[in-house]
Amino acid sequence: MRETKYVPEGISDAFAEGDRGVGDDAARGERPASGSEKGPGGPGSESGQGLPRLGWVGTLRWTWRQLTSMRVALMLLMLLAVAAVPGSVLPQRNQDPAAVLTYLADHPTAGEWLDRAGFFEVYTSPWFSAIYLLLFVSLVGCILPRSAAHWRNLRDRPPRVPSRFSRFPAQGTAITDATPDEAMAAVAAHLRGRPWLPAFRVDVRGHELSAERGYLRETGNLVFHLALVGLLVSVATGQMLHYRGQAIVTEGRGFANAVVDYDTFENGSWFEPSTLTPFAMTLDSFDSEFETSDVAAFGQARDFTAHVTITEPSGETRPETVKVNHPLVVDGAKIYLQGNGFAPELTVTDAAGEVAFSQRVPFLPEDVNYTSRGVVKVPDVSPGLDQIGLVGYFLPTAMIEADGSARSGFPLPTDPLLILEVYRGDLGLDEGVPQNVYRLDTATLTPSVEDTGERVKVLLRPGDTVELPDGLGTVSLGADIPRYVALDLRHDPSLAFVLTFALAALGGLTVSLFTPRRRVWARAQVADGATVVEVAGLARGDDAGLDGEVERALGAVPGSTRSTTTPRTEG
Amino acid sequence: MQIAELSELLVWAAATAFAVALVAFATDLARLSGAKVDARDEARAGAQTRATADVGAGSEAGAAYGPAGSGAPEATGTSSGAVSRKAAGIGMSVSWLGTALLLAAIVLRGLAAGRIPWANMYEFTLVGTFVALAVFLGVNLRRDARYLGAFVTGLGTIFLLLAQNVFFVEAMGVQPALQKYWLVIHVGVAIAATGTFTVAFVMSALQLLRDSRDAGSAVLAHPRWGWLDSTPTPNALEAQSFRLNAVGFVLWTFTVIGGAIWAEDAWGRYWGWDPKEVWSFVVWVVYAAYLHARTTRGWSGRRAAWFVVAGYACVLFNFTGVNLIFDGMHSYSGLS
Repeated sequence: MRETKYVPEGISDAFAEGDRGVGDDAARGERPASGSEKGPGGPGSESGQGLPRLGWVGTLRWTWRQLTSMRVALMLLMLLAVAAVPGSVLPQRNQDPAAVLTYLADHPTAGEWLDRAGFFEVYTSPWFSAIYLLLFVSLVGCILPRSAAHWRNLRDRPPRVPSRFSRFPAQGTAITDATPDEAMAAVAAHLRGRPWLPAFRVDVRGHELSAERGYLRETGNLVFHLALVGLLVSVATGQMLHYRGQAIVTEGRGFANAVVDYDTFENGSWFEPSTLTPFAMTLDSFDSEFETSDVAAFGQARDFTAHVTITEPSGETRPETVKVNHPLVVDGAKIYLQGNGFAPELTVTDAAGEVAFSQRVPFLPEDVNYTSRGVVKVPDVSPGLDQIGLVGYFLPTAMIEADGSARSGFPLPTDPLLILEVYRGDLGLDEGVPQNVYRLDTATLTPSVEDTGERVKVLLRPGDTVELPDGLGTVSLGADIPRYVALDLRHDPSLAFVLTFALAALGGLTVSLFTPRRRVWARAQVADGATVVEVAGLARGDDAGLDGEVERALGAVPGSTRSTTTPRTEG
Repeated sequence: MQIAELSELLVWAAATAFAVALVAFATDLARLSGAKVDARDEARAGAQTRATADVGAGSEAGAAYGPAGSGAPEATGTSSGAVSRKAAGIGMSVSWLGTALLLAAIVLRGLAAGRIPWANMYEFTLVGTFVALAVFLGVNLRRDARYLGAFVTGLGTIFLLLAQNVFFVEAMGVQPALQKYWLVIHVGVAIAATGTFTVAFVMSALQLLRDSRDAGSAVLAHPRWGWLDSTPTPNALEAQSFRLNAVGFVLWTFTVIGGAIWAEDAWGRYWGWDPKEVWSFVVWVVYAAYLHARTTRGWSGRRAAWFVVAGYACVLFNFTGVNLIFDGMHSYSGLS
């Protein structure tokens, strides 16, 4: 052995050890010598007798060797699995901020501590990050030296023939009339395989032969681990460069790809707003299909299609469609259809007869039949009048129950009805505090009530104009009910890299798990006028095919009169 | 509707077949166990007079299931007085029958729904059970692994009963979010991985039991556990379990990557720590830890087998718990 091969701390690998202990003919001492150095015994055996005097360089080295050891990698993997679990149990801010607020309100004490410890942002928390970063440091510290060792190994000749074959898990002998040279040449030719499908790398020295195959096993292993590093780096880069905007667009309207045109917009810290390509998009129409033939599945969604027109910065326009599962790609950004609903056009005239509000109001669906809730805030009334707030439901197919409650019976507008409750007072919009447009804080407002004390319900069908109670004015509903779509536009330049590294990891993993790595040695000697060919085999990891490999090598011996193989004993 | 009902009936028939196979396989194990006990008594009684080599062949651990390619098991098994493996043969035949019935049920289910038959928990369970049985039967084509029969058919029976009684939903089409070829690939491979992990789990569980019995565990020393002596040695079980787990791990890796590609198209992000994604990740990490444990000094063998048990528990939780308890984007069980 010219140089010591790199072996990660604590790895148990007969193949790698075979080089040192078995393959080296035990000339360098017992196998435990290499074992104790790398074993859990740790640094004591390295630093000689007595208490270790490591010094700070030694301590660093020891820490590094521990970190890159198999046992620590194993611990970190287990920790990672455990640390990921809370994120599925507790609500997470980046997924459902409202649920986090609810949880905090329900569990004031525990919630506060959990929040401080980052349990509502598990996957960006310091402790989760620490685990996976340490794991990757451990991985790199293990894989880089291993890659170098593998690189040397790839250029080396197969390890030379050991003097005794009896130690190996698979072995056999064949007796032939052929000369040792002929026998060796035949075995070598067999092991080399066909020129277009080489099997073993074979090194013949005189009447001895050593051969090795399955370098791809280690290559695959290294590719897998390095690809994981590449995956992490690309995901992180994507996080820094990405942007995502959300917009609600109603039929006949559109938006431009500019930060100000989105309802919400978030981006990574390296993102430059100037990189947005200023295309524009118009929603021409929206189609939805629902199940009507199957009774059990009646009303279930079957297809959503948004027909849009894209206007490129050059002025060129083209029609496109966006469907669920089929995002539209425009200038490298993907546009997703994330939701849809109805946006009735409402006009409110105040008591002074002025039009105080005229807009399309998106109503958010609350069930599969699009029973949809919406809020109208009318702050711009004539001076001196109370501001008006309307809250209510839009029902595409209205069904009134016996108890007076109403819901929608089908997702399409076959019998649309708008039911509104009316509030008056100060909406609080002038104080400059941002408000959710889909919620009306009714605590400080006065509801309109009937004489019985029940809330007044204003009912509107398309085209209706109805008087608001308490002389507040009138409200009218447009004859057409426009649809709206919720669009999500996302750009992540790292996607191609993420996919490439993920597939490289998959490929490397498959190759490393299913490629057998084997060494075969053969020796031919003349005894009693016949040639005796001995063959031995060693494999890395579990390899059910090793015996067969040795048998086939023996079978390649020409004119073989008798061959015996010793099957491996288990254990 | 009639096709759907026929499919349901076939599932009941398959469950019945697996239950029958379970009884047959259990009978076989009991017989082998009895033969072992007899052989032991014999060995004790005639230790002085009989050739030890002969008895050794009979009482050597795992003789009924030698290493791969070591010839027909009957040949070695007979050394301790011709144990009839007829019950195991019946178990195998009935397992083939049940698996064929289940396949027919799955195909009819797909015809009734007019799509690929793995879009909700019920169908996932049917196909997952089919894959587990197919892996078991496939392994048996290459080597004698009938000792697994009782456990695989037992689990299969339980899974089918759960499917029929708890997870059942009518056959129908799917919502737009599921309308993509990725449903066939992503979910199909996930089911294949689950089925493979199931059989590997049985092997590792047997490995742990057998290992404990060999190590002289007080509980497992009871004659009631005598059948464990007719399973392969812990080392052989570990090697077989690893081969299946390696296949399962590659399939699972593909499931996760395929899921990410699909999520990128369907949900606008390739990874979002949805509960199903979290648990798929946990499953992946646990099995990755298993692969590392196998090559770590002091962690191979028993400890590595515990990783398989933990990993399979996570697989089951990922399928049942995550679908039914958590509110995530993978809520396709069809159950309300």
